Amino acid sequence: MKRRHFLALPALAAVPARAQTGRFQPAQDVGPLVRKLADGMAPAEGGIEVELPQIAENGNSVPMRIRVDSPMSAADHVLAIHIIAERNPRPLVATFHLSAASGKAEVSTRVRLAGTQKVRVLAELSGKRFRIAQRDVLVTSAACLDESL
Amino acid sequence: MMIGRIQAPPTVRKGEPFEIKVLVQHPMETGFRRGMNGQSIPMNVVNKLTCTLAGREVFSADLGSGVAANPYLAFFAVATQAGEIVVEWSDDRGETGRLTAAFTLA
Amino acid sequence: MNTAGRTLLAALVFSGAATRADIIAPKPLKSGIEFQGADVQALQRDEFANPGMLWVTRGERLWKAPAAQGPACASCHGDAAKSMRGVAASYPKHDAALGRVVDLEGRIRACAAAQQKREAPAWESEELLSLSAFVARQSAGLPIAVAVDGPASAAFERGRSLFFERQGQFNLACTQCHDRNWGGTLLGERISQGHPADWPAYRLEWQSLGSLQRRLRACYFGVRAEQPAFGSGDLVALELYLAARARGLAGAPPGVRK
Repeated sequence: MKRRHFLALPALAAVPARAQTGRFQPAQDVGPLVRKLADGMAPAEGGIEVELPQIAENGNSVPMRIRVDSPMSAADHVLAIHIIAERNPRPLVATFHLSAASGKAEVSTRVRLAGTQKVRVLAELSGKRFRIAQRDVLVTSAACLDESL
Repeated sequence: MMIGRIQAPPTVRKGEPFEIKVLVQHPMETGFRRGMNGQSIPMNVVNKLTCTLAGREVFSADLGSGVAANPYLAFFAVATQAGEIVVEWSDDRGETGRLTAAFTLA
Repeated sequence: MNTAGRTLLAALVFSGAATRADIIAPKPLKSGIEFQGADVQALQRDEFANPGMLWVTRGERLWKAPAAQGPACASCHGDAAKSMRGVAASYPKHDAALGRVVDLEGRIRACAAAQQKREAPAWESEELLSLSAFVARQSAGLPIAVAVDGPASAAFERGRSLFFERQGQFNLACTQCHDRNWGGTLLGERISQGHPADWPAYRLEWQSLGSLQRRLRACYFGVRAEQPAFGSGDLVALELYLAARARGLAGAPPGVRK
């Protein structure tokens, strides 16, 4: 089976992905996306806590909490946190921009997951450092693809 | 003007991070859904949200259709003086929303 | 003994006009939230992050806003926390002016048309959902207490017969799942007892708040039956029976469901 490579741009709304709706959506190779967001570097594993349910009751709304280990000082802080969902029609879900004025590198939100997949969180830290973490989520009712009454 | 809710402590300690929570009413239309007539419902999401503290930006988010409808965001900020938290957001159609919360220093 | 037999026995033992004994409520009475997973339960409890609260927020604004040709709801009803406390818990009820049983949304529509001299907000419109969520919220924590006698008895009887009637291509009656098989699973979903207590509710599947009528129409679709129209007598009658069956159960609108 031919895999589709997606290069979702940071301007998320600008280029709509050509997804096949109403059909089974396979996971995509998000390697190129991660490399692009990490300035071509290979991010280090760890230093990021990702809270996601093991089983998402409904892919339309999956709660997520992200904590990046960082002193958040002027010299050493998190600049950006990216959420990447490999099986979503648009894999780059969101980007959060932080600074030393954040005090804590912790963000919570609710995401859509279009099926069971690995969710990755990429953090950019000051000094051109990158970290990555991932979690597997089982999704029974997929977002984006299942219509409702 | 879009409906939203904001929650932040009324009093914060100087230099100590505190949590700001925001809930925005928005369908975050993906562009993949079809209406009852079979026609595609065009994409329209809240694409940008920013938070300033006493006029200085402390947090911003680039959001896409992968964020759940009626987006919820919780994040942290640190204050060195009392002031106003201002959260503003806009969607693909150019509609905007704004919420404020004032706080004092303990 | 089948359901018809039990109903007959109950009716014989407690013979008389339509009494509480005609209502065979599940035991113990469990709110629908108990059949949802941990994340959904946490979301319903979260007074801030519960997405249904966005409709309550909008409803509060609409309550205070004057209409084009008429007064704001607040002009007559004042502070909703006082004037609307317990109101939603008593619906559906017979309305003397309208001459029929209406649910909360129907009552709000009638009031808007009569007192604010405008076209009633459309069924399932953002406006009606917001007002309904706001008013229902004022009854949160209060037990459901509807009247099924007097002018409401005909609708109650109709609702009860619908609840026990097999419908649709799947030929299923509400009682088969919600009286006899609650707690079990159907296509991976846990079956609730079918109570109206937490409605209107935010359904993750809908990505929006929706009314109890919308949920019941979805049930009709679930058994592949023709969906009754919004505001139809049958839907309101069913809502009344469900409320009577859930009497004493404290509601927590706006609820959250998957």
